[in-house]
Amino acid sequence: MRYKFLTAAFAATVALNFAGPAAATDLEVTHWWTSGGEAAAVAELAKAFDATGNHWVDGAIAGSGGTARPIMISRITGGDPMGATQFNHGRQAEELVQAGLMRDLTDIATKDKWTEVVRPKSLLDSCTIGGKIYCVPVNIHSWQWLWLSNEAFQKAGVPLPKDWNEFVADAPALEKAGIIPLAVGGQPWQASGAFDVLMAAVGGTDTFLKVYKDKDAKFAAGPEIAKVFKAADDARKMAKNTNVQDWNQATNLVITGKAGGQIMGDWAQGEFQVAGKTAGKDYTCLPGLGLNEVIATGGDAFYFPLLKDEAKSKAQVVLAETLLDPKTQVAFNLKKGSLPVRGDVDLGTANDCMKKGLAILAKGAVMPWTDQLLSQDTQKQKEDLFSEFFAKPDMTLEEAQKRFADIIASAD
Amino acid sequence: MSNSQRPNQIFRNLNAKIASIPMILTALVVFVGGTAWTVLYSFTNSKLLPRLNFVGLDQYHRLWSTSRWLVSIENLLIYGAISLVFSLVIGFVLAALLDQKIRFEDTFRTIFLYPFALSFIVTGLVWQWLLNPDFGVQRVVRDLGWTSFSFDPLYNSSIVIYGISIAALWQGTGLIMCLMLAGLRGIDEDIWKAARVDGIPMWKTYLFIVIPMMRPVFITTLVIIAAGIVKVYDLVVAQTSGGPGIASEVPAKYVYDYMFFAQNLGQGFAASTMMLLSVVIVIVPWAYLEFGGRKRG
Repeated sequence: MRYKFLTAAFAATVALNFAGPAAATDLEVTHWWTSGGEAAAVAELAKAFDATGNHWVDGAIAGSGGTARPIMISRITGGDPMGATQFNHGRQAEELVQAGLMRDLTDIATKDKWTEVVRPKSLLDSCTIGGKIYCVPVNIHSWQWLWLSNEAFQKAGVPLPKDWNEFVADAPALEKAGIIPLAVGGQPWQASGAFDVLMAAVGGTDTFLKVYKDKDAKFAAGPEIAKVFKAADDARKMAKNTNVQDWNQATNLVITGKAGGQIMGDWAQGEFQVAGKTAGKDYTCLPGLGLNEVIATGGDAFYFPLLKDEAKSKAQVVLAETLLDPKTQVAFNLKKGSLPVRGDVDLGTANDCMKKGLAILAKGAVMPWTDQLLSQDTQKQKEDLFSEFFAKPDMTLEEAQKRFADIIASAD
Repeated sequence: MSNSQRPNQIFRNLNAKIASIPMILTALVVFVGGTAWTVLYSFTNSKLLPRLNFVGLDQYHRLWSTSRWLVSIENLLIYGAISLVFSLVIGFVLAALLDQKIRFEDTFRTIFLYPFALSFIVTGLVWQWLLNPDFGVQRVVRDLGWTSFSFDPLYNSSIVIYGISIAALWQGTGLIMCLMLAGLRGIDEDIWKAARVDGIPMWKTYLFIVIPMMRPVFITTLVIIAAGIVKVYDLVVAQTSGGPGIASEVPAKYVYDYMFFAQNLGQGFAASTMMLLSVVIVIVPWAYLEFGGRKRG
């Protein structure tokens, strides 16, 4: 009896001592989720992964995707791969996959029937290269949102606009009340993203696809796109007093009522939540700028570099499964302000804006986004053009459109 | 331990020769090899990963028709002209003033040289705050009562590059001053005495006697400044990250952005080859002037 007890006690101590390091595998996960709302969301993923007995080593890289991606890529190409890494699914990791540096997840996907649970289907298509699946989509992010500060419009004494055109008409009243009508931060991707949103909203889905998917340069130089540039000119005038750099600082201007609105993806919602604001009461969102209620199925995905370490490779599978787990999906996406990639999860606690997004998603009004359609090279050229366009009031619309058409002509 | 003399020529200073092998290899493989590799791949259409798929001069055509590159070159020229002229002039004047056998010379020299101990990133951040209209110089002057005062060079596209130059001068002139001071100290005291006996005014002595005698110091200084100009990157990143818009972009930043953000190695290599070319244009005449005359000497 006593002998048995001792053995058990001994076994327990051994288990206590060794369970941690022996069973748990450290897996480093790199991502660029560092703003308040994002950090809260990624903590949910870490919690879920740690609960499987492994250990999430957080490799957050500050400074948004533009800064983080070069670091991630050079670590993978330089032979020091992490356990898993975030990318926007689409074409950002295309060449890494083609070079055979990423792990093929097809067998896990077939086993867990990803093709059935992931919705819309286009998400998994963006992860598929040459018939094989290389990434796990974790959320749907759409760019096409206009966030409005109810407080700012109250102060200016005008009713809340219902779409972009009304918003433009309200701009003088906002300016008179000392409010910046539209907040656009100085980071280049913000200007270029806002333009794409205007293209999808003012021009419509077909226009958007004709330019970015078919890469029709003649069409990009034509009158349809001239209309979009006219709208971009309005945006440029409305944004001229924004003196901030980062997107979350720009969102903060809307949160504090210093700016009337911001064109930003639904990740901005996380910031409103962290600030304790309620959708519908403190802020209002207009999907598709109120003109064209379609959402893009861009978003974030995790890619898994090919590793030699057996234990880590096993942990990668566990992580891939955890990321798509219904519970993780709900917890993560509620904090992040994005939409889950599964259609079969309950989002009863979703707020006003997320419900709007879910409704559009349910209607199937989805479209691909530039991350899926254009190479990083083309994206960067666009960013250069639009950050110049937004910062330089004397750049004419004709000149900007001509350069835009040139970029589309050489786009790949 | 023993000081035995080795008769054979090859084995003379053997230790020194062995010790320098790593450096020779590094120079050949890293500097020459890396440069040749970059130039070679600048003629390919490499994207994220290097690939030997030659496209001729396509990358260069694209480079020279990109407005961001042209803005970068223009900025580099303005920034270069300003740093060159002002750091030489200010550096020399400060050195000449320090050379007047003043009191506390050491203290002044330390003060002027101190900014040089800071990295460009720190310098950039300090000046970004100083030049920020909301809590920098403009705010201080406005708080003193001059409410219409406006000074925001970093937020104005047309003058932003001058704002950046201010920070560069603040950081760099101290070093130039020290080099100049060393040069001035190298001038023989008797020359000053002779000039004084002949009744030549001091400014004339500096301009027509001392400066021509300091030619080697000037050339060295010139090369140091020029190299600093071509590689300017971190200062811009810290102060404006190229903004507003693309108004303060510089070539080195173009290289970095296109190699890593745009995943277009070919384009980045083409841009860096152009930068190398500009360095060669600076270095070759200098090397010719400095070493050309005493070849085989």
